[in-house]
Amino acid sequence: MYRYDEFDARLVRDRVEQFRYQVNRRLKGELSEDEFKPLRLMNGLYLQIHAYMLRIAIPYGTLAARQLRKLAHLARTYDKGYGHFTTRQNLQFHWAKLVQVPDMLAELAEVEMHCLQTSGNCIRNISADQFAGAAADEIEDPRPLAEIIRQWSTLHPEFSFLPRKFKIAVSGSEHDRTALKFHDMAVQIVRNEAGEIGYRVYAGGGMGRTPYVGYAVGDFIARNDILAFLEAVLRVYNMHGRRDNLWKARIKILAHALGPEEMRRQVEREFEEIRASGTLALPAEELARIEKYFAPPAFETLPDDDPAFAAAEKSDPDFANWARTNLTRHRIAGYAIATISLKPPGGVPGDISHEQLDGLADLMDTFGQTEIRVSHEQNLVLPHLRKKDLPAVFARLKALGLATANAGLATDIICCPGLDYCDLANARSIPVAQHIAERFADLEKQHAIGELKIKISGCINACGHHHAGHIGVLGVDKKGVEYYQLQLGGSGAEDASIGDILGPAFGEHEIAGAVERVVDVYLARRVNGERFLDTYRRLGMAPFKEAAYAAH
Amino acid sequence: MPLIKNGVFVDDPYAKLGDADPLPTDRPFVLSLARFRKERDQVLAGNSARGIQLKSDESPEALGHDLPRLSVVALEFPKFRDGRAFSWARMLRTRLGFAGEIRATGHFLYDQINFMHRTGFDAFEVPDGFRLEEFARALGEITNVYQPSVDGRTTVRALRSALPRS
Repeated sequence: MYRYDEFDARLVRDRVEQFRYQVNRRLKGELSEDEFKPLRLMNGLYLQIHAYMLRIAIPYGTLAARQLRKLAHLARTYDKGYGHFTTRQNLQFHWAKLVQVPDMLAELAEVEMHCLQTSGNCIRNISADQFAGAAADEIEDPRPLAEIIRQWSTLHPEFSFLPRKFKIAVSGSEHDRTALKFHDMAVQIVRNEAGEIGYRVYAGGGMGRTPYVGYAVGDFIARNDILAFLEAVLRVYNMHGRRDNLWKARIKILAHALGPEEMRRQVEREFEEIRASGTLALPAEELARIEKYFAPPAFETLPDDDPAFAAAEKSDPDFANWARTNLTRHRIAGYAIATISLKPPGGVPGDISHEQLDGLADLMDTFGQTEIRVSHEQNLVLPHLRKKDLPAVFARLKALGLATANAGLATDIICCPGLDYCDLANARSIPVAQHIAERFADLEKQHAIGELKIKISGCINACGHHHAGHIGVLGVDKKGVEYYQLQLGGSGAEDASIGDILGPAFGEHEIAGAVERVVDVYLARRVNGERFLDTYRRLGMAPFKEAAYAAH
Repeated sequence: MPLIKNGVFVDDPYAKLGDADPLPTDRPFVLSLARFRKERDQVLAGNSARGIQLKSDESPEALGHDLPRLSVVALEFPKFRDGRAFSWARMLRTRLGFAGEIRATGHFLYDQINFMHRTGFDAFEVPDGFRLEEFARALGEITNVYQPSVDGRTTVRALRSALPRS
């Protein structure tokens, strides 16, 4: 994985000291809260209901064991012993104290981590496919480009006070695991008919109050030109994005007000100028230099059918269930990608304890794993496991309480922190996720249902991606009482779509039942191995709506 | 307001004209784009140095061919969150090739000065009591930069390629 050189390290250290100075000025009263806010936000520090929340950047969701250990240490020392992984592949601590934050940042810098731009109206942490470098359908590992974009976007002098936040994702596969089309901007690595690799750039996607699926603003950008192109999109947005209304300030509003043709024309004009100046050219040597950091591990030549793995599948039904749902085919024979679910029954989606963080670091060392990934679905991923090690890995995960066999199933729910933590929320989301998970607790039933993406947000900001859920749940507040809207038919994958709102919202104790009835319609009406999403798209809303409101 | 130009406090030679003030004949002045459009010929007729104050939603491209006849373009921050002027400054220095003074006016923060300097601002109207040490500190807080910009600072990439090859 990427390692800081002296220049990266210096920048992060400087940033820590800069922030320490900002905090001191705030504590001395030289900065008003209004003036301090954008500064602390630029460093991932939010004032929430109970305390400050510190959001730590995990670029493209990749972590080393020593970084996990540092996060465990921070959780123990400065927080209540746990952290929370977000849909942007970051980690949040919800109980930080302002005076201690500079020290937390200094500790993070020791392991090449930071909180730069995890909030604020700037270019946020760059996310990428959690199966990078391992996926069988991958054209190219997206992380070298993501790292190049990270550096380009770090403390960008022109784009640190944008109309609104700006999120970028990168994927190198056909199959989209990053929700590309729901990002402000996204890069998909593609191959043209001549077999050359280039970049397709999307812009204008987003969720929140006004969800939009992004569209391509560049179909095949040459590798050398990618930073010039991204800079062009950002410049158009910074100059012309709306600043009069917070709710209309994201690039999605500009992109869809202009329409693809005009948006492309404006981007093209800036792009031509930046490209001609040559200042942002990305020479092949630079890309190659960064790529070296992401070189794959030395894979062994192994049979794809490992006898120990097969034996464990036969003798241990728990292992068999886990293997069925949580393993993904690796591009190398004899290896597998394992998803570690952070959605145990009764748990809080995305939460992890300091013991689990340390335990995973030890596990990584035992099995020669140099990196672990965070997925936007709030799970962790070990990307390069030998199949023959999997029974032992599973036993270790089980001991850590991390062996839940539900990846991609009904109880693998994306959920924002909601009103339990978040200042912006209208309703609680965690208890609703738990109620719904209880309905589908039976693993047999979950397997029978198959792939089902349930996503829950506690407010219209849609941090829980409810618009992109096969089943989406949105918490709303009606005169002080929490209600939950149901949306069906969304997708965050390559077939991106925005879910349809079914009808009036359900009460806190009704929503889980409504979800279950909707799923029952699917089970009764599906044909030919359809997923829930396929059946919904084929049948339309009517039968689902009828069932959802039947008990009303 | 105190003015920092090229890193030092200077007396501001420019009179800021309201829309009703007479055009001075004997000293430099700055006026709004709206007034400039109305009185363009008179403004350009005089020998005094002149500048235009742009609002944050006014692109410097609006100045068209008159830009070379201006010595100051002042860019307004109506509130510090409005970051359009970063792009306007950069456009002035690159696309439009403006070599005169780019002045920051309005409400901006100490913490934005480095970004302003990087995008082409060379003059800053700062609040009373602002100390020059703070200005120097703001520019020096972050040693390394990743982006090439109009301030010509050596980027991290250039520093890396200057290292002896291992």
